[in-house]
Amino acid sequence: MSDYNFAYLDEQTKRMIRRAILKGIAVPGYQVPFASREMPMPYGWGTGGVQVTAACLTPEDTLKVIDQGADDTTNAVSIRKFFEKTADVATTEHTDKASVIQTRHRIPEAPLTSDQILVYQVPIPEPLRFLEPRETETRKMHALEEYGLMHVKLYEDIARHGNIATAYAYPVKVEGRYVMDPSPIPKFDNPKLESPAIQLFGAGREQRIYAIPPHTKVVSLDFEDYPFDPSKADHPCDLCGASHTYLDEVITDDAGGRMFVCSDTDYCASRQAQGHRGRLSPKETAA
Amino acid sequence: MTPLLSVRNLAKHYGARIGCTDVGFDLYPGEVLGIVGESGSGKSTLLNCLAGHLEPDTGEVLFDTRSDGPRDTLKMSEPERRMLGRTDWAFVHQNARDGLRMGVSAGGNVGERLMAVGARHYGDIRAQATDWLGRVEIAEDRIDDRPSAFSGGMQQRLQIARNLVTGPRLVFMDEPTGGLDVSVQARLLDLLRGLVREMGLSAIIVTHDLAVVRLLADRLMVMKSGHVVEQGLTDQVLDDPQHGYTQLLVSSILQV
Repeated sequence: MSDYNFAYLDEQTKRMIRRAILKGIAVPGYQVPFASREMPMPYGWGTGGVQVTAACLTPEDTLKVIDQGADDTTNAVSIRKFFEKTADVATTEHTDKASVIQTRHRIPEAPLTSDQILVYQVPIPEPLRFLEPRETETRKMHALEEYGLMHVKLYEDIARHGNIATAYAYPVKVEGRYVMDPSPIPKFDNPKLESPAIQLFGAGREQRIYAIPPHTKVVSLDFEDYPFDPSKADHPCDLCGASHTYLDEVITDDAGGRMFVCSDTDYCASRQAQGHRGRLSPKETAA
Repeated sequence: MTPLLSVRNLAKHYGARIGCTDVGFDLYPGEVLGIVGESGSGKSTLLNCLAGHLEPDTGEVLFDTRSDGPRDTLKMSEPERRMLGRTDWAFVHQNARDGLRMGVSAGGNVGERLMAVGARHYGDIRAQATDWLGRVEIAEDRIDDRPSAFSGGMQQRLQIARNLVTGPRLVFMDEPTGGLDVSVQARLLDLLRGLVREMGLSAIIVTHDLAVVRLLADRLMVMKSGHVVEQGLTDQVLDDPQHGYTQLLVSSILQV
């Protein structure tokens, strides 16, 4: 038995966050301000995501935490431990067994279902931030739907690199209204934003919550002659052989050796368990 | 003929001080109005009130909109007013840095207004940007350079291109030649005069440089301490000033 209130936050705070979440779901893509609390972890480690998760959790939930697709990195492990300790909920590494998934920078490869909630950790919720530094002005631009500036950024990409070089945090338009930063997920994941699951975005330092309700239309911005391209490394996974997943490039020695592996560790492991093999898979031992 | 812009009883006070008061004039399509006066005479306040950057205390500013005819811009909703600011109006700042995005390339600066009104074809936007850079005498190969790499005169010309690309009907200019040396000034004036005539623009130019209004403006308004003290045809006002202050202003020009 722990001395923490369920899921760390006090009940009034959770109510406040739930109100912000409900408003966010009612106005897809709109950034709802909320009174972000100090959490026992530094800003940038997912304080926003943790607060949203805490407000969503029930004792019956099963929680999965991923960081850049992996279940076993510091950020994922420490947040999972945090909720094991403060909420005593079941945790899992399997996407299909989880009811709440907190994620940093990836959407799981396995398709999500309508009884799941995906919580994103967001460092900077304002897609226009680096184009227009004034918050008063960006809010006005959202309110009046003045989004020409977003295309100026894409124009600059093409002018400088010959194509839209924005590879992550690729801006999207939600339900034909608000332009939204999907948090720094790779643009490969953008098509997966149209999902049957509820997607919640929490930015702790910036004190904003926004949401994409299930089956909401999400369009990645582009030009007519430079259409959106959800690109990925042009390789199959070296462990499970998948050619349809987002890959991490891993340097293996100092002689130019490298391998490409699925960034979603759970998906890769389950494929390997099903017998899929890649270029560098360990040879099967004779049973 | 309907005036493009018609101003009645415009006043703006800063607390008990007068910004500008009792201003009224009509501006017809294709006409260039110069506003001159010393520093602190309310020129910029007046211009900012007209362009919707400041809210005047009283008065009305009727603009002849394309769709609905004359409408009071002060009573418009903010989205409508901002839409005007991106399409039919243009504002050239004295300091090019105020009117440009310094972190965005010249092409992006010119293209911004196009994208703001819905252009979504990269090739077209770039072609128009190239065309406009040519019109303001900026070499085509500078299109991907940032304005910070440009000279003061080039920055000012870029600002003008960026403003005129959507084909506005009314241009507000706040000291467009301020801070430029005389030869660059002369070229800029030449360029402006050409563009104004060619596109049939109406313009309101605020300046304290009488040579600028002599070259560009059809009509002239002289301001002092927030009041309009004299207005009329440019040549008439400059050659035969009636008000004491205008006489002082005209006689203060240095003769080389």
